[in-house]
Amino acid sequence: MSSSNPLRDAQDRRLPRIAGPSGLVIFGVTGDLSRKKLMPAVYDLANRGLLPPGFSLIGFARRQWADEDFAQVVHDAVKEHARTPFREEVWQQLVNGCRFVQGDFDDDAAFETLKETIHELDKAQGTGGNFAFYLSVPPKFFPTVVQQLKKHGLAEQTENSWRRAVIEKPFGHDLKSAQELNRIVHDVFPTEAVFRIDHYLGKETVQNILALRFANTLFEPIWNRSYVDHVQITMAEDIGIGGRAGYYDGIGAARDVIQNHLLQLLALTAMEEPASFDADALVAEKTKVLGAVRLPKDLGKETVRGQYAAGWQGGEKVLGYLEEEGIDPRSKTDTYAAIKLEIDNRRWAGVPFYLRTGKRLGRRVTEIAVVFQRAPHSPFDDTATEELGQNALVIRVQPDEGVTLRFGSKVPGTQMEVRDVSMDFAYGESFTESSPEAYERLILDVLLGDANLFPRLKEVELSWQILDPIEEYWDKHGKPAQYPAGTWGPVEADEMLARDGRSWRRP
Amino acid sequence: MKIDLTDTTASKINNALVEGRRAIGTPAIGMVLTLVIVTDEEHAYDSLKAANEASREHPSRKLVVIKRVSRSPRNRSQARLDAEVRVGTSAGTGETVVLRLYGDVIDHAQSVVLPLLLPDAPVVVWWPVASPLDPVKDPLGALAQRRVTDTYAADEPVSELTTRAANYAPGDTDLAWTRITPWRSMLAAALDQQPDVKVTAAEVEGEDCNPSGELLAMWLADRLGVPARRTVSDGPGLTAVRLETEDGVITLDRTDGSLARLSMKGHPDRAVALKRRETSELLAEELRRLDPDTVYAATLKYGVHRLAGTSAPEQAPAGAPAPDGAKPAPGPAKKGSAPKKAAK
Repeated sequence: MSSSNPLRDAQDRRLPRIAGPSGLVIFGVTGDLSRKKLMPAVYDLANRGLLPPGFSLIGFARRQWADEDFAQVVHDAVKEHARTPFREEVWQQLVNGCRFVQGDFDDDAAFETLKETIHELDKAQGTGGNFAFYLSVPPKFFPTVVQQLKKHGLAEQTENSWRRAVIEKPFGHDLKSAQELNRIVHDVFPTEAVFRIDHYLGKETVQNILALRFANTLFEPIWNRSYVDHVQITMAEDIGIGGRAGYYDGIGAARDVIQNHLLQLLALTAMEEPASFDADALVAEKTKVLGAVRLPKDLGKETVRGQYAAGWQGGEKVLGYLEEEGIDPRSKTDTYAAIKLEIDNRRWAGVPFYLRTGKRLGRRVTEIAVVFQRAPHSPFDDTATEELGQNALVIRVQPDEGVTLRFGSKVPGTQMEVRDVSMDFAYGESFTESSPEAYERLILDVLLGDANLFPRLKEVELSWQILDPIEEYWDKHGKPAQYPAGTWGPVEADEMLARDGRSWRRP
Repeated sequence: MKIDLTDTTASKINNALVEGRRAIGTPAIGMVLTLVIVTDEEHAYDSLKAANEASREHPSRKLVVIKRVSRSPRNRSQARLDAEVRVGTSAGTGETVVLRLYGDVIDHAQSVVLPLLLPDAPVVVWWPVASPLDPVKDPLGALAQRRVTDTYAADEPVSELTTRAANYAPGDTDLAWTRITPWRSMLAAALDQQPDVKVTAAEVEGEDCNPSGELLAMWLADRLGVPARRTVSDGPGLTAVRLETEDGVITLDRTDGSLARLSMKGHPDRAVALKRRETSELLAEELRRLDPDTVYAATLKYGVHRLAGTSAPEQAPAGAPAPDGAKPAPGPAKKGSAPKKAAK
């Protein structure tokens, strides 16, 4: 955005941030993610007037499609999945810039066609040579695609235009592979041109963690070891692995979720206040806190992994993990993982962070619960406070986004009796009924070149450093505990907290 | 749920709100503001409908103040307040109280509204029609942080702009200004694409008696520091903006009220969606920020009479001080005369 533009004024906050002239190239455009999330997000952005005139969308896939077929697919995807209502004039604006390039990833001719298409769009739509390449493809194709981009000169930025690469998780499966992947990508694109999507960071509730902590005075004074007893970060899914057996087996819950989503949530919850809200300041604080994470001494006692066994999930009979199609019956892959981490700094020393994730758990929920210590002295007698738990602040990331504060209150009546009550803030109540989808925000940020909400290279490597020793330990010792589908995980996980005199929240 | 109260008071209405909330089982609701809608019986339904839709984005307590016309002198001397309290699904998101004022109480509407404002939350007053010329001095307007008028609904929209400029107080805003946000945003995006271009003149073309055209022209003139013309077409709404530059004209034109075409030298023509928006969307945008809109203020203060074109009035109405250094433009016609086609 040009600061010399006389029509722009920082005071004029009605004018939205519109991306400059640009286009988006999606590799693997026939995939689920592309149809359900990316295309609708592009439409929603256009509908909100946030895309530049002439914005172009190029699909790249093996399918034999003409531009019109592709446009039809986008049209259907948008109609079905877009958040905002379908409007013909918005569609007309988009459809002019829709192109499709057919080919395999190792097909040189196809990449030449892609190059020509980009040139053609620069002329016809005025995209100005600015393109983002979205790699919505399995990780094994990453090297091929980026190499092809390099070979055909598609990654070259000139002085007045940019090229950016967008990659999705998984960012490798351990530190070594992550570094290898980074080497390949950074060989072609400079650091600031690589955007790693962790769609959790695009969620309003996650961005709100920073607002909650640093825009208020109410919480920060107690956000430390003097008041906080422990923190629980949970991401639970009620679904099984579905059709993703090929991807999931051998990866497991810890690599799939803890490495990126949960450690990012931990970093945002535990980090110090950044000097400013720009990408560099933010990443500095996040890497600092991730660097201070300490693994438990006894990995056998302080980590738990599990596999769901057959059971009943919400009134439906479901298979166990080992019985799922395409899974080796002797597989040791974890579908549940719980770990205890500590952070070695003045703010958090001695405060455990319990992270857990799993499939086929009770319900779909992601939340961060900061549980506070009990009052050091209670003037009430034991019977009065029998029903009083620990105070807690719960950030509900999804679904039903919001914040809950739990504290004790006197039960009306003649006796003194204190019981837990909760005070609730729900996004749906105080703000828009539908906040922008994470992908809308993230795609817009890619086009604007705003890297705030994207994990950096260093963060990815640090989180693998945290997880790698645990995975190694699991490889060598024992096998996953079984838990019935539809419950809150294996008993071993409950025992792990019980040893510390604590228990898991039921989210 | 709906509770009807006849010949009532503000405290009875407050009790009814509490009772209504209890009955539907949601004692605390995250309402973020109080929206006071001042209107007449004729416009109440549409205004409330728009407010209810906007409340999906901004859950609010809506107070609809309807001043009833009393026909006989006896009725005029008798003050009466009737209220209709709606909570739950029949009230959009939040709560609605429709207040009907009869007789003397019409002149003391603020005494009814004040006790019904949400504690500690911002207050917005919206006049869908018949906006007061000096909103901040209006007894209801004085209660609010944000005063939303709609010059489009005025009898003499263009001269009203001059009065609004003279009476402007921080917190004033106008839906005629809100309507042009998509135009402004697209024009800014167009200049983003030609960062070094120098604009030498601007022209806004649109239907007559639509103050949005004047506002857009004044905004361009003020921001770009160039002369701006306001010319008249058959609409609908605004139809075109032309920015003369050293390397040709940047044109954004929209003939059908929904899809526009952006053309500029060195770039291909491009289609952009530029739909005329519903009142509810305008209101939702208006409620998004409640701090003073300084850009609106600067635009308004530029002065309608400095625009060239057919619909500028001959001079500022008496009583409205002209901004410094402003010379009355030699306008060809007084507003209200038959619209002439713009001679470019």
